[in-house]
Amino acid sequence: MGQTLNYLKESSSQTAGPYVHIGLAPGAAGFDIYDQELGWDIAGPNAKGERIRIEGQVFDGTGSPIKDVLLEAWQANADGNYAHPEGGGEVEAGFRGWGRVITDFDTGEWAFDTVKPGAAMGRSGRVMAPHINLWIVARGINIGLNTRLYFDDEVEANAKDPVINLIEWENRRKTLIAKRTEREGQVIYRFDIRVQGENETVFFEI
Amino acid sequence: MTKPAEYYQRDRGRHPPAYTPNYKTSVARSPRYSLISLQQSVSEITGPVFGHDDVAALDHDLIKNYAKHGDPVGERIIVHGRVLDENARPVPNTLVEIWQANAGGRYRHKKDTYLAPIDPNFGGCGRTLTDDEGYYFFRTIKPGAYPWRNMVNNWRPAHIHFSVFGASFSQRLITQLYFEGDPLIPLCPIVQTIPDPDAIDQLTAKLDMNATIPLDTIAYRFDIVLRGRRSTLFENRLEGN
Repeated sequence: MGQTLNYLKESSSQTAGPYVHIGLAPGAAGFDIYDQELGWDIAGPNAKGERIRIEGQVFDGTGSPIKDVLLEAWQANADGNYAHPEGGGEVEAGFRGWGRVITDFDTGEWAFDTVKPGAAMGRSGRVMAPHINLWIVARGINIGLNTRLYFDDEVEANAKDPVINLIEWENRRKTLIAKRTEREGQVIYRFDIRVQGENETVFFEI
Repeated sequence: MTKPAEYYQRDRGRHPPAYTPNYKTSVARSPRYSLISLQQSVSEITGPVFGHDDVAALDHDLIKNYAKHGDPVGERIIVHGRVLDENARPVPNTLVEIWQANAGGRYRHKKDTYLAPIDPNFGGCGRTLTDDEGYYFFRTIKPGAYPWRNMVNNWRPAHIHFSVFGASFSQRLITQLYFEGDPLIPLCPIVQTIPDPDAIDQLTAKLDMNATIPLDTIAYRFDIVLRGRRSTLFENRLEGN
């Protein structure tokens, strides 16, 4: 026997459950309690860069939309800086880069408005293609799922991205690429997430 | 710019796996492929920062934050503790959000149809920031147990959902608080998704007589541990150059 390591252990995750909205988005649960709910304005009014909308659905292993899912988004600004003391540099006033996304309970469709992030510096001096980090919780998900959303109009940057290139199965890389369209002058990226089944989205241990 | 060190790897042996067939909803909502392991980059070691402008004075007081005509029905409790990391260091100024059923086991949610009544004076959510020492407290009502459709006769033990941020997206955690002595804990398929009994104990709040307010409110202590972070950095090419 040697010395004892006195590290604490991380508290275990438990599912967010079906009523996660009460805590994190009470308006969606059907009541008004807080002066301001958090996470509805990701980029703020002063953010530079291209204004975009991301929309999608999250599907379960049967191909059905998960209608009670909640997502959180975490992204850099258009310069590739995160709003954090170690985030790489300055961001615009009001730019938090974090958002909460809830679904339409009838269809499971979700959408959020933001600005397109810039490329951020990754490990070992390798630039990461523009991406949005997503965290997915719901009833039946025992521990939040982490994934990344990349953009299909960043072909060159995506091809060099150190994280995309970690995915040994090249045919699975496309599950992380959002598809750009335009609708009524609005730039929209579609990003469907498949938790299980055909074309299961790549999730990360971060 | 300081060179960021990584957070300790998650001990998956203390977290529930994705696929837990006794908790039936997990069956179709669990990935079948392995998670792909990332060495953390700036995207993982950063996370949203919150401040006192984000929360209002009564947000942590669930007895008062939705009261319309008086206090909600039920056992008045204080839930308090610290948010620490695996190095036993406090996690200051981090957002802690909670949600729960009322004393009868009913949630204020348009999707909850349990026959126990809504309490007109109880919303069921609260939020606060930890102080410089990682300390937080809430005042609330002890939630009731309630039935749910998994097996046909499953009951959730009394519990409070906790959402905690920490300083980085890799520390993000949602968990649940259970109450010491609740006989439903060993019977609950959601609690029992956790493979390690010691990890279940860690989610079980202790009666804390020292923190009770005599003749007023009983107290439970609940500390939360987030992932720790390396303090020594020997790589010379982790970030940037």
